[in-house]
Amino acid sequence: MITIPYLTAVSTYFSYGLLFAFGQLRDYSRLIFDWCSTNNLQGYAPICLAHEDFYIRRLYHRIQDCFNRPISSAPDSWVDVIERRTTKSTRCLNLGSYNYLGFGSFDEYCTPRVIESLKKFSASTCSSRVDAGTTSVHAELEECVANYVGKPAAIVTGMGFATNSAIIPVLIGKGGLIISDSLNHTSIVNGARGSGATIRVFQHNTPAHLERVLKEQIAEGQPRTHRPWKKIIVVVEGIYSMEGEICQLPEIVSVCKKYKAYVYLDEAHSIGAIGKTGRGVCELLGVDTADVDIMMGTFTKSFGSCGGYIAGSKDLIQYLKYHCPAHLYATSISTPSAQQIISAIKVILGEDGSNRGAQKLARIRENSNFFRAELQKMGFEVLGDNDSPVMPIMLYNPAKIPAFSRECLRENVAVVVVGFPATPLLLARARICISASHSREDLIKALKVISKAGDLTGIKYFPAAPKKQEEEKDRIKLD
Amino acid sequence: KITRENSKAKSFASPLLWANDIFCSKSTGISWNSLAALCWIHRAKMDTNLVEMFRAGLNWVTMALDAPSARVVLFGVRIQWHIFVEVLLGFVIVILLSQKSYKPPKRPLTEQEIDELCDEWVPEPLIPPITEDMRHEPPVLESAAGPHTTVNGKDVVNFASANYLGLIGHEKLLESCTSALEKYGVGSCGPRGFYGTIDVHLDCETRISKFLSTPDTILYSYGLSTMFSTIPCFCKKGDIIVADEGVHWGIQNGLQLSRSTIVYFKHNDMDSLRSTLEKIMTKNKRSKNLRRYIVAEAVYQNSGQIAPLDEIVKLKEKYKFRVILDESNSFGVLGRSGRGLAEHHGVPIEKIDVVTAAMGHALATEGGFCTGNARIIDYQRLSSSGYVFSASLPPYLASAAITAIDVIDQNPELLVKMKQHIALLWKGLKDIKGMSLASDPESPIVFLKLENSSGSTKEDLLLLEKMADRALKEDSLLVVSSKKSFLDKCRLPVGIKLLVSAGHSESDLVKVSESLKRLASELLL
Repeated sequence: MITIPYLTAVSTYFSYGLLFAFGQLRDYSRLIFDWCSTNNLQGYAPICLAHEDFYIRRLYHRIQDCFNRPISSAPDSWVDVIERRTTKSTRCLNLGSYNYLGFGSFDEYCTPRVIESLKKFSASTCSSRVDAGTTSVHAELEECVANYVGKPAAIVTGMGFATNSAIIPVLIGKGGLIISDSLNHTSIVNGARGSGATIRVFQHNTPAHLERVLKEQIAEGQPRTHRPWKKIIVVVEGIYSMEGEICQLPEIVSVCKKYKAYVYLDEAHSIGAIGKTGRGVCELLGVDTADVDIMMGTFTKSFGSCGGYIAGSKDLIQYLKYHCPAHLYATSISTPSAQQIISAIKVILGEDGSNRGAQKLARIRENSNFFRAELQKMGFEVLGDNDSPVMPIMLYNPAKIPAFSRECLRENVAVVVVGFPATPLLLARARICISASHSREDLIKALKVISKAGDLTGIKYFPAAPKKQEEEKDRIKLD
Repeated sequence: KITRENSKAKSFASPLLWANDIFCSKSTGISWNSLAALCWIHRAKMDTNLVEMFRAGLNWVTMALDAPSARVVLFGVRIQWHIFVEVLLGFVIVILLSQKSYKPPKRPLTEQEIDELCDEWVPEPLIPPITEDMRHEPPVLESAAGPHTTVNGKDVVNFASANYLGLIGHEKLLESCTSALEKYGVGSCGPRGFYGTIDVHLDCETRISKFLSTPDTILYSYGLSTMFSTIPCFCKKGDIIVADEGVHWGIQNGLQLSRSTIVYFKHNDMDSLRSTLEKIMTKNKRSKNLRRYIVAEAVYQNSGQIAPLDEIVKLKEKYKFRVILDESNSFGVLGRSGRGLAEHHGVPIEKIDVVTAAMGHALATEGGFCTGNARIIDYQRLSSSGYVFSASLPPYLASAAITAIDVIDQNPELLVKMKQHIALLWKGLKDIKGMSLASDPESPIVFLKLENSSGSTKEDLLLLEKMADRALKEDSLLVVSSKKSFLDKCRLPVGIKLLVSAGHSESDLVKVSESLKRLASELLL
């Protein structure tokens, strides 16, 4: 849980209040100027009312150069960030892309095979999986993914977001209950809303509260009619992308087993990035994959490709293949992308004949732990658990969001800053994603730059640790 | 003796003390008992005295009760004894009103009861039992899904890929993809807001805008998600959407997520649309301030019909609705130069407010886009969930899209060839028995619907599946039989779909017509 210091909260509210006041002032002056010009809506209702996009127009647009920065090279550890209004680009250290195992650019094993499959199968099949969109590569991919994740069968779709939106309505409908973590991703929320089931939320990563909610809901039954629920699905994520925390899976699984609820695990960020062989949060925390009913994940982050998968029992996957709309109506995943995933999994498991996979996994763990420890020593407020490659640094104040981002870019380090509405209003943060392709020198340079930017913007909310230890050592020596 | 003379001189408090003495102490003489005794004694006298007695008694009581307030003047008004009675009554009323009405006491469930309920509850299994028809396996291709492909080692004619212009396997596309793969790798590793915007995405958006002569375009990374991200962006709770009943699942999901009021009109029937619009505008007086949309597809995926855009635009201008059009199957296909339905009907594209399309059809790549005026596109860049919260399109697919559009621009003869093939196929399938052609003669989706439906959609689907299987096994033909998920609310008739490509040869078309005619006569009669 993040507790914001009192003074910072006051100053953040004040800043937002000031920005809001200025925004309203500008809106009023715009109204006055627009009085003269004619309204060209001609009887149509306005497509967007003034108050709906107030935040976008008056707050977001002031700092929009911090987002949507275009790049002109592969999203590797060093990228060419294009400067605005020019075609020049600067080489920057990339701390923002989800490139956990370094497959985001040309890879000596994967890319030749991808090009081969492109020549053989072309970029797309132009058809859905059930019609003529299943190639031998797709069949191999599903087997490969199922083996890797540790489940009997898997189904693959072309987009991670659409996987959640298309699968959850197939599994549960009206009369069912979905209990989801309060900080779940938008795709899960969309899928849950589209399914028509009742949705309840439990406190982030708190198995005790989940148990309370489950007991209450089973005892009460459906709202108003009090009939018993048809089924209950509990949705959690492996690593939460905005907090960097790892889910407390063993406790949650035991609670769900006790109350006969089904567990749906979304491993978008954790598959391939944590665990000894990269098999995700189940391997890291020692949970048997047979206890998790539905395992979902995406290939965008650790495998450098696109698409999403669902792994489960053979019957479950057969049922999904018959009914899932993404399988029946949408174009199948592009064949070269599928080949990239197969090759990446082979590299990770060491089946390509080298130990690059094991090296990558060891390096990402080392890099994440080193970086996090150093940042905490410098006095930054860093969230997330050990071993997680996602590190949010708290900024809080809205003025520090663009300041931190621009300062880092000036020193050729590209960071990602996030504010409302992706995070709560007061809790803006800068999010660092560590990759296995970052070398020790890259990380040390990044630490220097972040420390300098942190001093300038004043975000070192905790006292820096090592100086105290050094002072103590001196005192002891003197004594 | 009543010592009234004493009270005259004393303060307000003393009459109360005096009254207290009267009623409580025995020593002062007059008490209720003695009063009663007096009355009794006087009762012995004549009855006429009774009335006098009563009057005297009343006087006495009045004076006794008046005494405490005999000298009280509150706010310039003399207070009389009945005020006290009224005040007392008032208090009683207030107390009664403030009492809560009787409710049976609420008894929440005890811990033990909750535990028992939790133990007794048995959930349904996660999925219903698998039936035989669910185990049907699709054909596995071993080469590119062009007009001819390989299944199980055999060469097969492919009418199941929406490869309308035959661009699958085109060398220019493969070249641009290869160079993009070598430069950028496969994935883009991030959403558009966080270093996932690669220069090919921006180039692709500009190219599409130039091709369609619209101000701006936005790219999505998946064809199906284009519609279900765009619609909830603009349509919120309370808005009115008039949609065709034959729209595909992506649009239906978008409509459901938007939580607006949805009214369906009969498939591709302009009279039904007109009457629906009329009803909405006259029934609801507040309609004028609500946002109103018409949602239609240019070429319907479920039936192959083409929407009459000129009439829709006339109706939209009359009733002040906005149009959202899905041009997935008409982009690159309809119109003289492939610019879609607007060119086909001669309507200027500015009249359509939002145009979306999936690129997995004529453009032989993946993803989708949305185009329209700059304000609309800009708004989507921040509020469209499928754009903001999802990774961007892999760069090699974006460069394939740019090359595909260049090819379409430079080779208009591909469109002509495709149209000729559609005409040939229509000629060949004109007299097929048991099925009838239900699509538009100019649409690239040739739809054969069952003439005599058995009544149950499931039975029909099984029959069509058998027909498609036999076409593959006996005649090496890949055709599409309708598939329905239980989530799909479209109730249009099911049938066999043939997707015509410019890459087919005439012998392929003849072969498929002969084969379908034979199978229809064997299985359907």
